[in-house]
Amino acid sequence: MGDGPPSLWEWIARNWDTGRAGSIRDLLSDHLLMSLVPIVAGLALALPLGLACIRWRWLYQPTAAVFNVLYALPSLPLFMLLISVTGLSPVTVIIPLIFYAMAVLIPAVVDGIRAVPEHVRQSAVAMGFTPLRRLVQVELPIAAPVVIAGLRVVAVSSISLVSVGALIGQGGLGMLFTRAYQNPFLPPVVVGIGLIVLLALVADGLLVLAQRLLTPWERARRAT
Amino acid sequence: MNWLVDFFGDPAHWSGPYGIPVRLLEHLEFSALALFLATLVAVPLGLLIGHTGRGHLVVVVSANLARAIPTLGVLVLFVLLLGTASIWPVIIPLVLLAVPPILVNTFEGIRGVDPELRDAAYGMGLRGGQVLGQVLVPVALPLILLGLRLSAIQVVATTTVAAYTGLGGLGRFVIDGFATQDYASVFGGSVLIVLFALVVQVGFTLVQRVTVSPGVSRRLKVRDSGATSR
Repeated sequence: MGDGPPSLWEWIARNWDTGRAGSIRDLLSDHLLMSLVPIVAGLALALPLGLACIRWRWLYQPTAAVFNVLYALPSLPLFMLLISVTGLSPVTVIIPLIFYAMAVLIPAVVDGIRAVPEHVRQSAVAMGFTPLRRLVQVELPIAAPVVIAGLRVVAVSSISLVSVGALIGQGGLGMLFTRAYQNPFLPPVVVGIGLIVLLALVADGLLVLAQRLLTPWERARRAT
Repeated sequence: MNWLVDFFGDPAHWSGPYGIPVRLLEHLEFSALALFLATLVAVPLGLLIGHTGRGHLVVVVSANLARAIPTLGVLVLFVLLLGTASIWPVIIPLVLLAVPPILVNTFEGIRGVDPELRDAAYGMGLRGGQVLGQVLVPVALPLILLGLRLSAIQVVATTTVAAYTGLGGLGRFVIDGFATQDYASVFGGSVLIVLFALVVQVGFTLVQRVTVSPGVSRRLKVRDSGATSR
């Protein structure tokens, strides 16, 4: 306290909300937005694509191959190549993260729905469900655990990957890392890693909770 | 596109300690070193845990945690704590982040082997070590190699980011180019890294084709087409 370098807690208190750009609170909300968009957009794109891959079987192999390749590409060069199109904006970081998310979620959607037992599907048909109603009320709920397992991977890795964007000045909490490196100082790194891991754990926990709520029959089955 | 011509057409980029060949070799060297050390730790550990069934919680937790930990943060943390006198403050986090994918997939591969197959091996009189080496590992090989591939993808990407903390390699073109607004270098370097990652990916696919026992891969194919036939 007092003289000397500030302790971790002092540093947090002093930088939490400075009123200027780049306070921890600002970076945290940037980070939330930049990781949430890829998760949601990834799912929104992977669902129809996955369904198309089930409907037209030949489509799955090439789609999976393309996204497999995209998934293998490091994020930093992708950000750099995108800069010429989207400039130095959060979008430049968000777009590659959407591709990574789709690479995980498309197989999850396809596997999840293909795993719906044939007799269940036929029962729905026999009960007069239209294809859309069958999808929404029977197939998607049964596929939910597999899709959510994919979403958990996507959520956690998106939250941590956003920080690489700091290397082009768009990294949410990752900005704490570049700041700490340019002006050698430990607290920002520790706070950055801590908050990112915490965000990831919270996101993971929320998805586990969502799965419980979306698949009540799993619990009922376990109880009996 | 002009930037690419500037970058690849400049003869100065093809020689000297900061030229493309040297940077490419550095990238390969650091990635291979990290992957090698990680394999040395993760494969035996995964085999042990998968075979004995003890300590699988360690595997699950390490896998989840590794995904959540930001690589850039860990790199900066290690460099701030250990300095930049050698490359090890950067290589250690590379290795740490490369371990979990190999560990998880090796463990899952061994644990996922058909128990009947394992019992049959014991029934034929094989000992624990023989069962592991002659039955479990060959059958689990596709997953073990998948772990290695995922880990390699991770290492190539992290080596790129590590250029920020002073490590050599292809990331230098991108990081230094960005800092000095030399966009020819940024784009040229990015293209090189993307190509490098693609070659690694293709390389692992080929290794898998060569090393996985045809019995194992063919049987998987039979099972696949059986499950999906109308």
